[in-house]
Amino acid sequence: MIHLEIPKKLRQVGDMAHAVAEGMFRPISRKYDQFEHAYPEELDMLRSILQGMADGGTGMGADGLSQKKKGKTKEIKNGNNMAVVLNMMEICWGDSGLALTIPGQGLGNAAIAAVATPEQKKRFDGKWAAMAITEPDAGSDSAAIKTTAILDGDEWLLNGEKIFVTCGERADLVVIWATLDQSLGRAAIKSFVVEKGTSGMKVTHLEKKLGIRASDTATIILDNCRIPRNNILGSESIDTKKSFAGVMQTFDNTRPVVAAMSVGVAKAALDLTCELLNREGLSFQYEGHRFEIPAIEAEIYRMEADLEAARLLMFKAAWMADNGKPNSKEASMAKAKAGRVGNEITLRCVELCSSLGYSENHLLEKWARDSKIFDIFEGTQQIQQLVIARRLLKKRSKDLK
Amino acid sequence: MSNNYLIKPMSMALEMLGRISSSEHVNRWKLREPALKLVYQGMRQSVRVGKYVQSRYFAPKSLNHDETLKKKIPPKTDRFDLTLTREQQMVRDALLKFARQVMRPISRDADNGEMSSDFFNQVNELGLAISGVPEAIKGVGTIRSPVSNMLMAEDLSYGDMSLAIASLAPLGFVNTITEFGSREQQARYLPPFTEDTFFPASIALMEPEARFNANRLHTQAVPTNAGFRLNGIKCMVPLGTQSELMIVFADLANHGPRGFILERQYPGITIENEKNMGLSAAGLSHVVLTDVEVPDTALLGEQEVHYSHQRMIDLARIGICGCASGTCQAVLDFVIKYANERIAFGEPISNRQAVAFMIADMAIELESMRMLTYRAASRAEQGLPFHREAYLAQLMCAQRAMQIGTDGVQILGGHGFVCEYPVELWYRQLRAVGILEGTFVV
Repeated sequence: MIHLEIPKKLRQVGDMAHAVAEGMFRPISRKYDQFEHAYPEELDMLRSILQGMADGGTGMGADGLSQKKKGKTKEIKNGNNMAVVLNMMEICWGDSGLALTIPGQGLGNAAIAAVATPEQKKRFDGKWAAMAITEPDAGSDSAAIKTTAILDGDEWLLNGEKIFVTCGERADLVVIWATLDQSLGRAAIKSFVVEKGTSGMKVTHLEKKLGIRASDTATIILDNCRIPRNNILGSESIDTKKSFAGVMQTFDNTRPVVAAMSVGVAKAALDLTCELLNREGLSFQYEGHRFEIPAIEAEIYRMEADLEAARLLMFKAAWMADNGKPNSKEASMAKAKAGRVGNEITLRCVELCSSLGYSENHLLEKWARDSKIFDIFEGTQQIQQLVIARRLLKKRSKDLK
Repeated sequence: MSNNYLIKPMSMALEMLGRISSSEHVNRWKLREPALKLVYQGMRQSVRVGKYVQSRYFAPKSLNHDETLKKKIPPKTDRFDLTLTREQQMVRDALLKFARQVMRPISRDADNGEMSSDFFNQVNELGLAISGVPEAIKGVGTIRSPVSNMLMAEDLSYGDMSLAIASLAPLGFVNTITEFGSREQQARYLPPFTEDTFFPASIALMEPEARFNANRLHTQAVPTNAGFRLNGIKCMVPLGTQSELMIVFADLANHGPRGFILERQYPGITIENEKNMGLSAAGLSHVVLTDVEVPDTALLGEQEVHYSHQRMIDLARIGICGCASGTCQAVLDFVIKYANERIAFGEPISNRQAVAFMIADMAIELESMRMLTYRAASRAEQGLPFHREAYLAQLMCAQRAMQIGTDGVQILGGHGFVCEYPVELWYRQLRAVGILEGTFVV
């Protein structure tokens, strides 16, 4: 039965996350925007709170994400994927930079949760894992990565340079994408877990950024870095048919989460804009013909419609994952829509609020800087369009480049 | 503005006076003097006296309270869910089949004004209107389901929006009666919709003016001793010239906009087919009401239910949003096939990002339209407030449906501009999405 409201059980989870966002994130939001690279100690406390929440079955982090196998019952589920996007949306309403640097909630944790063996899961349990994919010459084109992994006895030898590693400095583990044999292309790309402090792995640089400054973005050099053989995630063999698709499948689960970040930040900007306009006597009742209301009011409704669409596409993608339906196209749709409208809305809100929007006295200008990244990481707008177009047109990547 | 508002009925009467006095027919039969006298008297007595008009429709007894449709249906669980009910899925399969096999092949001819009379018989067999009629009067409806109605609009519009609007007009009438009508009105006016032949009926809300605002009607209803007297001009009324029954919305002094059930034989109704940019098979018409007398039982929402004009408008917005999604899906499916087959520079044009990304965007925005529409419909069905959701859905659909329409033509290039392909037809139809109000109450 068509019902697009959030169930009570999940709403309570969302309310809790909203309270954290409002009570813990907002007060320190500006501080860590200004002191880029300073570690937000306030968040250490959050780690234990979150652990409690996760144990209670209402996971907030990426490690709760996975494609559910189709169960025996036909009953519709609103599970972890939905809980995670809802939480992320609410948390990012507070601050998206801080949300990206919550201890123990890295993207690497999602990869470990998705493909690690039980032994590995146990070994890496409770650790904070970053994800290192991008290289100076391989961004969206992740199949072109040059970092190598060579098996040397019982150890892997890693060599290469990784950039834009979120939480690269702060995390306990880094999941490194490397190729076993570059001539074999995508199929030879595997991911490896490197523990912090392993000799041969060094953080050489932290980026200064447009937004999400509370989150560290590191450059990592691997110079003859040796790790145990059983630190590879997934199989060692190169299966030209499957591997890369398997790696990419992680994105089907994480893209709705990035959509959630974008929706959360845009919602924050729209909420504050309405509040500021309210103080100046404007109210929003959805009355009046859409061509006869003030332009600024029409603009708010237009943004609201787009935001609402992005939010529903995000929940749809997460709902599909919760119910074992393949959602690659829908996950990309959610990310594409949320990425672009999130950026557009936050920028427009700055403009609508004039000097108040542009001023550091409010957070609108910060959100307009933060939001840009959601249309870039986990696949840019254009990569999402490629994924969607290939699905719709039934094209292989060699035909639709 | 307000001046114009007051003067309008008066000026209309004067205009009519002018027309009568110059009519050859009147002059030839030396009727000039009596006719003028009649009009003069009519104007003088306008507010007080009304003619008693007889209804052609007869209700043996009014419905009992428990015989009307159930409203405000709560979901079985409160979980977020996008699956259709088994019944909705069955109807969807049947209607999509009808859309593909029956509607699409006659779409172009219908647009050219060549309609087979058989079409509406086939529509009647689908059981659209009867699905909204309570079981107590031999209908098959048990609940008021805006979601099911919206889905019908979507699926039929996948075939052809124009034919969909015509096919659904009687159901829109039925829905308005079950939503706002009294039990007596339901018993009186719904039985014809359960018959073996298609029974045309429709809703008349729009009026011919730029900046039309559904909350500010110029059509006037004036109370008389026997009921009400209606004057004004309605437009874009589906199936106008055929409709046996019509709900006309008019401004009732001190009450704002209200609905009145009109029977075709009431004197003073003139209906004229319109020529528009598109949607010609919908039979959109002007309805001119000149001193139309209706009994006081014609007024909607006087007895058991409170009439809410906004609710009616919002339910109809969901209907047109459903139509928009269906037609946009037709455009999308068509351009996917075309772009994959059309070769330029030695390969399909869909191999180019410039084309492929346009198609991706069409799909994203269509899904956005659909999500907003589904949410509004499901809230309406459950008895939750849905004005905001319907407002946002209409906003989204008005803009994005046209974008999808124009991009569809663009992808076909010159072929999109000619009538050999259906995309120019969809383009013309989709322009109406941001305009139509009150067309199909879900």
